[in-house]
Amino acid sequence: MSEVATAKPQAVNGTPVIETEKLVVGFGDRIIIDGLDLSVRRGEVLGVIGPSGSGKSVTLRAIIGLLPHRSGTVKVLGRDYQNLGRRERLETERRWGVLFQQGALFSSLTVLENVEFPMREHLSLPPRLRREIARLKIELVGLGPESHNLYPSELSGGMIKRAALARALALDPEILFLDEPTAGLDPIGAAKFDELILTLRDALGLTVYMVTHDLDSLAAVTDRIAALGKGKLLMVGTLSDMLGADDPWLKEYFGGPRARHLMRAHS
Amino acid sequence: MADTRIAAGPSQASARSHAQNDTFVVSLEGDWRAGNARKLQSELDKALSDRSGRGVRFDLSAVRELDTVGAWLLVKAAQEIEAGGRPAEFAAASEPHARLIAQLGATPGRQAPSPKRTPAYLVPFEALGRTVVNTWTDLVDSQAMQGRILSAFGSVLMLRGRLRPPAFVNQFDLIVLRAVPIIVLISVVVGAIITQQSILQLRNFGAQIFVVDLGAILMFREVGLLLAAIMIAGRSGSAITAELGSMRMREEIDALNVMGVDPYQALVLPRMLSLVFGLPLLTFIGSLAGLVGTALVARYYGDIPFDVFLDRLQNALNLQTLMVGMVKAPVMGFIIGLIAVNEGFKVEGSAESLGRHTTASVVKAIFMVIVADGLFAVFFAAIGF
Repeated sequence: MSEVATAKPQAVNGTPVIETEKLVVGFGDRIIIDGLDLSVRRGEVLGVIGPSGSGKSVTLRAIIGLLPHRSGTVKVLGRDYQNLGRRERLETERRWGVLFQQGALFSSLTVLENVEFPMREHLSLPPRLRREIARLKIELVGLGPESHNLYPSELSGGMIKRAALARALALDPEILFLDEPTAGLDPIGAAKFDELILTLRDALGLTVYMVTHDLDSLAAVTDRIAALGKGKLLMVGTLSDMLGADDPWLKEYFGGPRARHLMRAHS
Repeated sequence: MADTRIAAGPSQASARSHAQNDTFVVSLEGDWRAGNARKLQSELDKALSDRSGRGVRFDLSAVRELDTVGAWLLVKAAQEIEAGGRPAEFAAASEPHARLIAQLGATPGRQAPSPKRTPAYLVPFEALGRTVVNTWTDLVDSQAMQGRILSAFGSVLMLRGRLRPPAFVNQFDLIVLRAVPIIVLISVVVGAIITQQSILQLRNFGAQIFVVDLGAILMFREVGLLLAAIMIAGRSGSAITAELGSMRMREEIDALNVMGVDPYQALVLPRMLSLVFGLPLLTFIGSLAGLVGTALVARYYGDIPFDVFLDRLQNALNLQTLMVGMVKAPVMGFIIGLIAVNEGFKVEGSAESLGRHTTASVVKAIFMVIVADGLFAVFFAAIGF
């Protein structure tokens, strides 16, 4: 039963699902990530923060194999993704879901077809069942049936994020990568999205890697927070660890006017 | 961590049933995952086949893995039984499995009303109707577009709008100068082919010296222009549509509008001017290149020496022949630009729409160029030019 992640934070099983070791990523003569050691445990929600240009998105893209790395290793689900054969790579890819910043929905497919797409490619399901599962996932992320036949260009920002999340969840992934999931959502929508991620994590046993700038969603959903700065890991810990940090950037980040209510809630 | 999900491969799953008092117990076993979906469905149907109206208890104690697909099949079966007024329950599920089942059970299975379909016998009529209406709106739109382009040009001439020399020079370079090599190349080749075929036929009458007249007049009046126009429609018409279309998709054109910058002045005018001024130039270059092809083939295939060729050429060509080609060129450039811009502004949100309009731009531009050339031919014949 060890494969099914248990969801409660206290029961988080210690094995890392994602592990980077001395990861170095660069473009040309610029080094973006310089020796990053990061591990994400099974069943936890890890929030990744850092100033703009600190390499949050680059780290995410390096982990999911969209960017080559210069040195170091990235292990996803216990395997070095970079050195996998074609078949094993595909198997790993089927076990994660990625929510891109802009949603990256296929613009020529409707929402329903977008969600069905990964299942059509990777699973042999009877078409009716596939359609039912797709509808179910769309309901699960809080979109109504009226969205099924809409094209991505007809959706609002919040609906795009939800539809993209439904697509990321289509194959029942074990790991969910979220790139700024609540950016551009109104506070109510963002709070609902946070709630949704927690519900899904509990119901589906997900491990979540979340790049975010949203302090409220950091406080609401993350078990641990990793702070990046200048391509290095500044600090990893819970929100209260972060609030007590010495690093000047973290102090400014968590001590600023926008974070005051977090401080109050925690003291 | 052992990767059982991968190592297991196609895995076992089954459902067995037995009656227990008046509940019907279905014991589930193995991997209830999407990879087994077809088997799961039939196992479940088989197990439930002799239920004969009793309530059901699903025993999940031997289920190793459960994902949304497996859980959904169970939930759906349970919902069907409950809809028949009989109880259905899940027993001995591990905690995450129970949570998943509860979550799916609580999710309403709503369906979108299926979109209205046109009956099959009406489809051709619908398509015809759409084509007619689209052609009409196209015509109206392109007239409006033409008006806006001319008014943008007018305001630049009246010094009310800004002329953008850097943009114009950049577009002229992209659209005209970089097209010179390819147009020279195809003109030489086409000139050579026409000449070779003509010599072959004219030889029968011993009149092969007239290949000079034929080649030169054809090149300057028609072929040089058509080759250049078709090449530019394919090369730059598509580029203009794709550029404007993706700028529209990314709201860049809206951004220009709200900043008080007329996109017709900033984007369209430099491209239109490059086309209108550039196409005559390309036509002239193309015609000369075609003439070179003609001269070469005439020399080596038709045994007409260069000095005889040039002598004959001076008699055959006059300014009028040149002008016929050159007068048409700016009009062709304008047609290509108008169609490309019109299609570019029609692009909607999707990548598919961008592809469709880029294709339409090239097809329509080439079609219209040839139609316009035909009309010019009729016109010039009528006025005896």
